[in-house]
Amino acid sequence: MAEEVARELRASFKAGRTRPAEWRAAQLRALVRMIEEKEADISAALHADLAKPTMESYLHEISLAKAACKFALKGMNSWVKPEKVPAAITTFPSSAQIVSEPLGVVLIISAWNYPFLLSIDPVIGAIAAGNAVVLKPSEIAPATSSLFAKLLPEYVDNSCIKVVEGGVPETTDLLEQKWDKIFYTGNGTVGRIVMAAAAKHLTPVALELGGKCPVIVDSDVDLHVAVKRIAVGKWGCNNGQACIAPDYIITTKSFAPQLVDSLKRVLERFYGQDPLQSEDLSRIVNSKHFQRLTNLIEDKKVADKIVYGGQADEKQLKIAPTVLLDVPLDSELMTEEIFGPILPILTVEKIEESIDFVNSKTKPLAAYLFTKNKKLQDNFVSNVPAGGMLVNDVALHLANPHLPFGGVGDSGMGSYHGKFSFDCFSHKKAVLIRGFGGEATARYPPYTQEKQKILRGLINGSFIALILALLGFPREKR
Amino acid sequence: MADAAALGETARELREAYESGRTRSVAWRQAQLRGLLRLLQEKEAEAFRALHDDLGKHHAEAFRDEVGVLVKSANAALRELGRWMAPEKVWVPLIAFPASAQVVPEPLGVVLVFSCWNVPLGLSLEPLIGAVAAGNAVLLKPSELAPSTARFLGDNIGRYMDAAAVKVVQGGPEVGEQLMEHRWDKVLFTGSPRIARMVMAAASRHLTPVALELGGKCPCIFDSIAGARDLRFAVNRVVGAKWSPCAGQACIAIDYVLVEERFLPTLLKMLKSTLKSFFPEADHMARIVNARHFERLRALLKDTSVAASVVHGGSMDAKNLYIEPTILLNPPLDSAIMTEEIFGPLLPIITVKKIEDSVAFVRARPKPLAIYAFTGNASLRRRIEEETSSGSLVFNDAVVQYAIDALPFGGVGESGFGQYHGKYSFEMFSHRKAVMKRGYLIELMLRYPPWDESKVALMRHLYRFDYFSFVLRFLGLRR
Repeated sequence: MAEEVARELRASFKAGRTRPAEWRAAQLRALVRMIEEKEADISAALHADLAKPTMESYLHEISLAKAACKFALKGMNSWVKPEKVPAAITTFPSSAQIVSEPLGVVLIISAWNYPFLLSIDPVIGAIAAGNAVVLKPSEIAPATSSLFAKLLPEYVDNSCIKVVEGGVPETTDLLEQKWDKIFYTGNGTVGRIVMAAAAKHLTPVALELGGKCPVIVDSDVDLHVAVKRIAVGKWGCNNGQACIAPDYIITTKSFAPQLVDSLKRVLERFYGQDPLQSEDLSRIVNSKHFQRLTNLIEDKKVADKIVYGGQADEKQLKIAPTVLLDVPLDSELMTEEIFGPILPILTVEKIEESIDFVNSKTKPLAAYLFTKNKKLQDNFVSNVPAGGMLVNDVALHLANPHLPFGGVGDSGMGSYHGKFSFDCFSHKKAVLIRGFGGEATARYPPYTQEKQKILRGLINGSFIALILALLGFPREKR
Repeated sequence: MADAAALGETARELREAYESGRTRSVAWRQAQLRGLLRLLQEKEAEAFRALHDDLGKHHAEAFRDEVGVLVKSANAALRELGRWMAPEKVWVPLIAFPASAQVVPEPLGVVLVFSCWNVPLGLSLEPLIGAVAAGNAVLLKPSELAPSTARFLGDNIGRYMDAAAVKVVQGGPEVGEQLMEHRWDKVLFTGSPRIARMVMAAASRHLTPVALELGGKCPCIFDSIAGARDLRFAVNRVVGAKWSPCAGQACIAIDYVLVEERFLPTLLKMLKSTLKSFFPEADHMARIVNARHFERLRALLKDTSVAASVVHGGSMDAKNLYIEPTILLNPPLDSAIMTEEIFGPLLPIITVKKIEDSVAFVRARPKPLAIYAFTGNASLRRRIEEETSSGSLVFNDAVVQYAIDALPFGGVGESGFGQYHGKYSFEMFSHRKAVMKRGYLIELMLRYPPWDESKVALMRHLYRFDYFSFVLRFLGLRR
């Protein structure tokens, strides 16, 4: 099945169907139409898969997907233009440019937590760059997956853009084929499998993984605003099941009580006295993850550190926002990516220590800092490696199409969003056009002393050497 | 030769050096680049000697292709370093006011560079320039097949650069394998696809990003050139791009030529005469690197129909590892010489009925590191540009793209991925970190739950950056 899909897409690509700007624009416009016409269906699928509140579906998936399409439509004409670059004196006269061309046929494997956005977003980049695409949505979000399988063929060119549904066997089958790029969003374990499979065909990959996104909270902040932003970035993003959601907080021992207090108040205001009944919280995606998360808080090491929440409803697969204080650093809660509504708070004596702590863990996809202290901000930006970072807010940076979105180290490789999506699926071909005007005989053997002098000058960009070379020095004996 | 424990120690030392922060400052990076320049200047004679030992390279070739290019690149890096390191401010939507956003380049950490034997100095030091400019600690593993150059690097790098953060390790494939057991923040590999697969597979275990600089069969499409002078220059360039770079043992050397049947006699005649004038003596062309590659090249001509297609040259001197510049005419397309990368001084010429047919010929084959086309025909040029794909594409010349800083150097498809040279070297070893900063001045309540329809409606306006409608609705002046 995968072989057939690959073969068909390769034939379509070879036939040149995906190259013309009009084709690319038509696909993107079709996607915009699809999002507008089927918004209710998309919301319903996201609700079926994750009990995602309609507002979140709109804010975080639907509107961002539409904005990405429109941004690509607007930018595409300039993105596809060759970029003129200075040629060197060494090759005068010549003109040089960098031409973006599609890689060919690309495989996009999406994730379950933002199943609509994380599928559409890379597909947009692949189409804008002129590739043929196969999308494998996550089987853990089955309603959204079958929605894609049904809808995409109704709107886009099915000979060049395909959906393959399925789980591990189908994905393994796909990974055995040869692609020109593989774009994977998910976890590090599967990320390694994807990269190892790609190695067999020397296929470049982009891996959007996760990590423990830390939030450092200084006492020098507008606490109420900071806490609201943290809360909405954590529980307002799929109930914490987001790669850039805050994973844990670090603050000073002295400030922690105020922080916890403020968190409790904000959480109650957002989700009421009985959060399990709130319509504004996503549920946990499936029972496997539900078990994983409840085990994390039932762990003896941390169970007595819960300061808020802890309620869970297995039937509905709902877990309430849960906050813990001062959990042991070797508990699973502090060694694994949480990806759920649980928020541990760690404390340090001085806020500067938090930077060392963050750096002791693997590089996260996002790191957050709340402070008004400019020195701390500079220290944070200069000394904390992370995919991206935000000061005094959470998660917003992903909505700015001018910022590259991607990880580093364990949080992944490659970036996208905006023009970076286009670049992700392009090959930047170097093109040099020369005339026969400037012939530097100094380049060629036999190598005489004279030639070497001029050659040295030429390579070092010496104008005089250029003139001499152009004038035909050294003179050849004929 | 390093053993596993010593390698582990080296990796640990480099990690420590990086974590200490010493490689981050502008001063450190400049010092490394200046050190490299001093090395190339003071030890130029030794470098030439090593390259001559390893490959029989004439020192003019060694300067043109390796030392000279490196001096240019290091100087350019010193000049541009400030600009490359500077954060780039980017646009932020008004809705996020007050806010600022920028992209901040940061070093990846500790990087590993595997070099290759054919341009052993250049393929070691060009990446090194980028890696130190980007603020990384670096481990360089030169190819053991160019042992004099490897030794030259081992002896001198530590003396001219920061020995705690820039190291050289010697050894062959086993050392390479052992190195890949460790975790690096990036690995650059230059070499063959076979080993590249192993490097990438090993890197996947640690989620280490890789860049692979491979090769391929770089074709040269030779259209009929009007004008005797232009024709002469064109042939000069073809000969200079096949046999002059390391006797054809170069990833961007011309591998084979495509020419129209009727133009073949002219081309062949000029190739022969140019060869004679460029290489009056053997020592102006490099030798074959070792016996294994010599035998590999000899075997390419074993097939009787391939041997029968030799129209010039063909003599081989196993003792001196010297193969004469050799031209073949239309060897069978399924023979090894037409399916494998030649990497040697053998040039097959394939004739086509119409020069336009060469586009389909090239398209049917794996994407090479470079495609060359000598033509004045604008429509052929456009077809080649649009219908073929390669790392780079050069019209009316060959190989020179290597020396142009502004052009990214790297492959696509089977010729690899990842690009460097100039600022691309800096970017290859950097992470572009997105940094956004906000203030507390303005707070948009509609961001937060509990949700209701009016918040959704407001959001719709905002996301369209329709601030006017947003304000109206916000003030209750619009339903």
